[in-house]
Amino acid sequence: MPRYLLSVYGPAECTEFGAYPSQEAMLQAFADTGAFNERLQRDGHFVFADGLEPATTATTVDGQGAKPVFTDGPYLETKEYLGGFWVIEAADLDVALTLAAEGSKACRGTVEVRPFRTAESFRALLEP
Amino acid sequence: MTDPTVEQAITRVHHEQWARVVAGLARRFGDLDVAEDATAEAFVAAAERWPREGVPPNPGGWLATTATRKAIDRIRRESQRDAKQQAAWIMYDDTPPEPTGPVEDDRLRLVFTCCHPALALEARVALTLRLLGGLTVAEIARAFLVQETTMARRITRAKAKIKAAHIPYRVPSADDIRERLAGVLAVVYLVFNEGYLASEGDRPVRVDLTDEAIRLGRLLRTLLPDDGEVAGLLALMLLTDARRPARVSRTGELVTLDEQDRGAWNRTLIVEGNALVRERIEAVATGGGLPGRYQLQAAINAVHTDAPSARDTDWSTIVALYDRMVLLDPSPIVRLNRAVAVAEVDGPGVGLAEIDRLAGVLDGYHAFHAARADLLRRLGRGGESRAAYDRAIGLAGNPAERAYLTRRRDQLAG
Repeated sequence: MPRYLLSVYGPAECTEFGAYPSQEAMLQAFADTGAFNERLQRDGHFVFADGLEPATTATTVDGQGAKPVFTDGPYLETKEYLGGFWVIEAADLDVALTLAAEGSKACRGTVEVRPFRTAESFRALLEP
Repeated sequence: MTDPTVEQAITRVHHEQWARVVAGLARRFGDLDVAEDATAEAFVAAAERWPREGVPPNPGGWLATTATRKAIDRIRRESQRDAKQQAAWIMYDDTPPEPTGPVEDDRLRLVFTCCHPALALEARVALTLRLLGGLTVAEIARAFLVQETTMARRITRAKAKIKAAHIPYRVPSADDIRERLAGVLAVVYLVFNEGYLASEGDRPVRVDLTDEAIRLGRLLRTLLPDDGEVAGLLALMLLTDARRPARVSRTGELVTLDEQDRGAWNRTLIVEGNALVRERIEAVATGGGLPGRYQLQAAINAVHTDAPSARDTDWSTIVALYDRMVLLDPSPIVRLNRAVAVAEVDGPGVGLAEIDRLAGVLDGYHAFHAARADLLRRLGRGGESRAAYDRAIGLAGNPAERAYLTRRRDQLAG
């Protein structure tokens, strides 16, 4: 079954409650996201999901040269950062988009849906 | 050299069968690229062979068979397909359509795939014209005034997304079909308007696009005969297109509704459009649900085409229809159109007051300034009218419209 990455983006500027305006809002979003994750598991869509520490905790590594170069901070400087993600299985994009809309509502964030490569598309890459 | 009747037959069959052949192959092979290319090749074969061998008794069947053979040839040639998958495609003939949607026509699946909301609007338009309309990439590029390579890339990218993101080849479920169908109708109407109101370029009307949009509208009507908005959109396009012969003067100037030669209107299209409007009015009267925006717009157009002269136009009915439109869609453009009708019923001063309320949002829209200019002229406020015409001329992209506005401005006294 096709796999999709659902990435949640949130503002770089956070309160003490992460991307949420208050503790109450944060707890409610966590509860809703938890319920959504349970539904993903129950319906056989769930592969993996988790939330990330703020982008300020990221380290960027370039190991292509003779010696690896480490840089403090995320790879791209933007106003919004990846805050968490799901990896799901869905029959097609319509199903993935419906789930993404539910997930977006639950976690209070905008969700980007992106398909993973399939065996077939890898094969097409290897044998042009 | 070519027998004109054979050429006509090919053109007719192209209109009638292209989408059907593409759609059938797309379902069978699960690949829009294969479906598109094989269908195009089959039509090339027809153009080569029919003049020599005559048009086959069942042209659609001939094309479907030829295209299927071409598709299988291509799949055999492509090394990345493994032997098992090839065998599956080639051995099992037409798998029955999955019973997921209300209608099982493959062309309807193709409609919803081409107009999928995960694709950019311009990609939806291009795919619809290519895969359903059978226009060549060059024709579509010309119609939208972009380079052929740009249009080819747009279509290729859209097909690649459909494949990689697994956009389904399916009629949406009953829950989603309303909203998804609205998106499909928007694509068809955009094609029509781009033809009718050509916003750029030298030609005021692009007949190829209006004709294509009407053909798509008829196809949708065949596929979804009970849908009110499908009927409404087709009626709207027919009634609008019926006025095309009177809409641009011999000198290339736009002729507004009140100055058009009504005898030049296409009666056949009006009769067909009116029949659809009547069908919808009866359906609504017998509890068929409230009319949507296309049905209301078609009804407004029917009021115009019913009037023997501009002076006989039943403007009160038009205002009433716009009142219902505003409830559905309170956008500034709908309110602008309503205000123009109000001016006919309650006088230019009342209309102008309503229009002026929209100044903040519509300041960059040429039709807003054109409507103001006309009402100001009728109120005898020549200086303000001239300024409004100047704004409208500066903003109008269509050459016929600019010519009309310029003449109107230059006719102002003083």
